[in-house]
Amino acid sequence: MKVLMFGWEFPPHISGGLGTACYGLTKGLAKIDDLDIIFVVPKAHGDEDQSTMSLVGANSVSIQQIQTHVENFKSQHTYLEVESQLIPYNDPDEYYTFRSQDLYGKNKFFKVDKEGKLEFSGKYGADLMEEIYKYAFVASSISADHDHDVIHAHDWLCYPAGIAAKEVSGKPLVIHVHATDFDRSGGNVNPKVFEIEKMGMDAADKIIAVSNLTRNIVIEKYGQNPDKVVTVYNAVEPVSIEEKVKIKRGVKEKVVTFLGRITMQKGPEYFVEAAYQVLKRTNDVRFVMAGSGDLLEQMVDRAAQLGISDKFHFTGFLKGDDVFNMFLLSDVYVMPSVSEPFGISPLEAMQSDVPVIISKQSGVSEILTHAVKVDYWDIDAMADAIYGIVKYDALSKVFKEEGKEEVDNLKWANAAINVHNVYNSAIKLFEPQTKN
Amino acid sequence: MKALCLYFQIHQPLRLRRYRFFDIGNDHYYYDDYTNESIMRQVADECYLPANKIILELLKKNKGKFKISYSITGIALDQFEQYAPEVIDSFKELAKTGDVEFLAETYSHSLASLINQDEFVQQVISHSDKIEYFFGSRPTVFRNTEMIYSDEIGEMVAKMGYKAILTEGAKHILGWKSPNYLYCNAINPKLKILMRNYKLSDDISFRFSSEGWKEWPLTSTKLVGWLNEMDDKEDVVNIFMDYETFGEHQKKESGIFEFLAHLPQDVILKSKYKFSTPSEVAAEFQPIAQAHVPNVISWADEERDVSAWLGNKLQNEAFQKLYALRDDVLAVNDDRINKDWKYLQASDHFYYMCTKFASDGDVHSYFNPYSSPYDAFINYMNVVSDFQIRLKALKDGAAVDPKELQHQLIQKDELIAKYEQQLSELKV
Repeated sequence: MKVLMFGWEFPPHISGGLGTACYGLTKGLAKIDDLDIIFVVPKAHGDEDQSTMSLVGANSVSIQQIQTHVENFKSQHTYLEVESQLIPYNDPDEYYTFRSQDLYGKNKFFKVDKEGKLEFSGKYGADLMEEIYKYAFVASSISADHDHDVIHAHDWLCYPAGIAAKEVSGKPLVIHVHATDFDRSGGNVNPKVFEIEKMGMDAADKIIAVSNLTRNIVIEKYGQNPDKVVTVYNAVEPVSIEEKVKIKRGVKEKVVTFLGRITMQKGPEYFVEAAYQVLKRTNDVRFVMAGSGDLLEQMVDRAAQLGISDKFHFTGFLKGDDVFNMFLLSDVYVMPSVSEPFGISPLEAMQSDVPVIISKQSGVSEILTHAVKVDYWDIDAMADAIYGIVKYDALSKVFKEEGKEEVDNLKWANAAINVHNVYNSAIKLFEPQTKN
Repeated sequence: MKALCLYFQIHQPLRLRRYRFFDIGNDHYYYDDYTNESIMRQVADECYLPANKIILELLKKNKGKFKISYSITGIALDQFEQYAPEVIDSFKELAKTGDVEFLAETYSHSLASLINQDEFVQQVISHSDKIEYFFGSRPTVFRNTEMIYSDEIGEMVAKMGYKAILTEGAKHILGWKSPNYLYCNAINPKLKILMRNYKLSDDISFRFSSEGWKEWPLTSTKLVGWLNEMDDKEDVVNIFMDYETFGEHQKKESGIFEFLAHLPQDVILKSKYKFSTPSEVAAEFQPIAQAHVPNVISWADEERDVSAWLGNKLQNEAFQKLYALRDDVLAVNDDRINKDWKYLQASDHFYYMCTKFASDGDVHSYFNPYSSPYDAFINYMNVVSDFQIRLKALKDGAAVDPKELQHQLIQKDELIAKYEQQLSELKV
C-alpha cells in the first residue's frame, strides 16, 4: 500500500504539536509491512529524518501542466490570499513582525522560479492562505507524478492539498483532524477556516480524530456522519534522558511549569491565578510560563499586578533542547487548556518523570489515568493539586512512577495500526464506488 | 548682571545581558559587557572627548569668564574607568581650570529618593566621595536623578548640607511664574532652587537639527538675541541638558560643535549675561519666592513627572521587589552583592519597562535596548530573582562547598582538554 501524505511541518522544523505527531505516526507506520509513505511538506530543508519514508518538499516540484479544475478550485478562494487575520497558529517568533506589517498590496501572484518551482516559506504567518493554495496547486502535480493508493492529509492547512490530489488521482482521501477552529478560537470560529475544514471533511472518505472530544466536534459542529469518523489517539516518541546533557538546577524551590503557546486556547490565565493561590500558602515554589503568544503581555501584567513576579518567571519561546531542559527542571507540569483536541506535551512531561495536571477539556485526559484532572476554570482545584504534589513527596513519587509506566505503553506503533485499519476501510469503501 | 548657568548631565546605563530563566541560580553575571563597552567607546569618541576638547580651549581662552557645570553618575564613572579612562583624564583637565563645577547626585542614577531615605543619603555620599576623589573638591550643589524633585526631597537634600538643588521649571508647578529666577525650598528656605528653562534647553538639545522647526538653524547669535529680549527683571537663565547632546543626540554634522565653540564669545561680548556656576548663582542672587512642589516632578516627558519610571504595574512591581531586598543587602554586606545592588537600582531599568508611547514614544524607543517593555520586565525580574537567591544563600551562611568547587574545576578542565584534543585533531 502506498500512502501519499500531506503535512505542514516536519521535525526538526516545527512550531507546534502537529509536526511532532506527524513524525511519530510516520515512524509507527513504517513498522507496518508493505506500507510506503510519500510525505509532502511545503518546504523541505534537507535535514529531516527520512529513514522511514520519502519526504517531498513542495518547493522542489516542477509545475508543468496547469490543470483547469485546480485553477477553478483556487480561483474560488482567491479572496483568501490577502486575509491577514487568518492564523491557525503562527510561529510565535514571527508574531510581532507580521502583526505590524502592511500585508496588503503584496504580490498576489505565485512566484515561480526559472525551473518552474514554487517558492515556499514553510512557516506559519501572514501569507498562510496564499501558501495553502500554492500547496494545493503543487499537490495535484505531485499526485499525478507519484503512484499511490490512499491520500492522507493532516489538519486544515493540508485539506485543500488533499482534495486537489484526490481530484487528480481519484484515490480515497483520509483527513486527520488534529484540531478544529472551535478549539483554536474558543468558539469564535473564523468562517473562512471553518469553510475549508468543512470542505475537507465533506470530501474525505474517512476522518481520523485525535480524541473523542474532537470526534464529537466533527460530528456535531461539522455535521459529519458518525460512521465516517474514527478516533485514533496520539502517542509519544520515547526519549532516552541519558543521551542529553543535563542542565544544572539553579533554584532550590519546586518548579511548576506551563509550556505551550500563550493563547486563549491554552488557558494561561488560569495558571497565573492558581499560582497566586499557591504562593499565598507557600513560598517554597516557583512558577514558569514557557512559550510565547498573543496573551503573553497580559500574563506579565497580571503577574506584576498580583505581586508575584519574583516567583513567576517567563522564558519566551523555547526551542529544541530547551523544552527538554524545562521538563528536567520541573516538578509539576500544568496544562490548563480550555479546549485541547489531544495534547502531547503532558505525555512528554511524564516521560521526563514530571507529574502532570491536565484539564478535563483535553483529549489526552480520555486516556490518562495517572494524572490529575481538573476543570480548566477550577482555579482552586488546580491550586490544591499543585500544592499537594509540591508538598507531599509520596504523591509526586507515585505520579512519577505510575505515570512513566503508563506513558511508555502509549506507542505510535499501536496508533499506526489503527490508522492502517482506517486506510483499509477507506479503500474498501471507495472501490465499489469507482467500479460502478 | 544677569547669570547664564550651563549644566550638563552625563550618564550611561549599564545594560543587562539577556538573562534567561535557566540562568537563575546558575550564573551570577548580569551585564552585557560587549554592548556597554561598544556604546561607551562610541559615545566617548563622538561626544565626550571632542566636546571636552572644545570646552577646555574655551575655558582657557575665556579664563574666568566662561564657566560650566557637570554631574557624572557613579555608573558612568565606573564605566569610564573600565572602558574609556581617558575621558576621566579629560574631565580632570577641565577641573584644573577652576571654572568647572561638579555637582552631587545619586551614585546609581537611582530613584532611591522616592522610596528609601537612608539608601538615598548613602548613595549621595558615596557619589560625592567619588567626585572628590577624582576632581579634588566636594560638591555643594545637588542634582537628583532626572531632575526629580519635591518639597520633601528638597528638605532631605538641605539636611545633608547642600546649598542648592537643580530641577525642572515645570509649567504645572510654576504656572504664570518664570523659571528665570532663583527660588527656594518650601520647607527649608535655606536650600536654593535653580529651575531649568526647558524652552531654551530643548531648543538646543532636541530641536537643534530639526529642519522643520521654524527657528532652524539655531546659531549662537540667535540664542544671544533671545536672551537679550528677556524681561529685565529675570536674572537667571538655566540651560540644563544631557552632555550627549553634543555629537550624539545632535550629530557632528548638524554643526552642534561649532555652535558650542561660538557660544561663549557671543554671550560675553554681546549680551547682558555672565556665565555662572550653580553655586555662584545660589550665593549671589536672592530667591524671589518659595517653590511649592507637593508632588514629585522630573524633567522627563510631556507630563514632567515620574510616570516614565513608575507609571505602570510592571515598574511598580519591579521597584517594590527590588527595594524589599535592602535590609538583606545591608545584613550580608558582601562586595559583589553591594556592587550589583548599586547597578540594579539604576532608573534606566525601569525606564525600559515604560508602556506609555503616545507623546514621547520616540524618545523612549531611542534609549531602549529591549524590543518591548514586557521583555525588559521579564529580563530584569529574572536577574532580581537570581540576586534574591544569592542574598538568601549568603544570609543563611551557606558558603560554596570547596569540594563541589574543586569538582566543577576538574570537570571544566576535562572539557577544555577534550576540546583542545578535538581542535588539534581537526587541524591535522
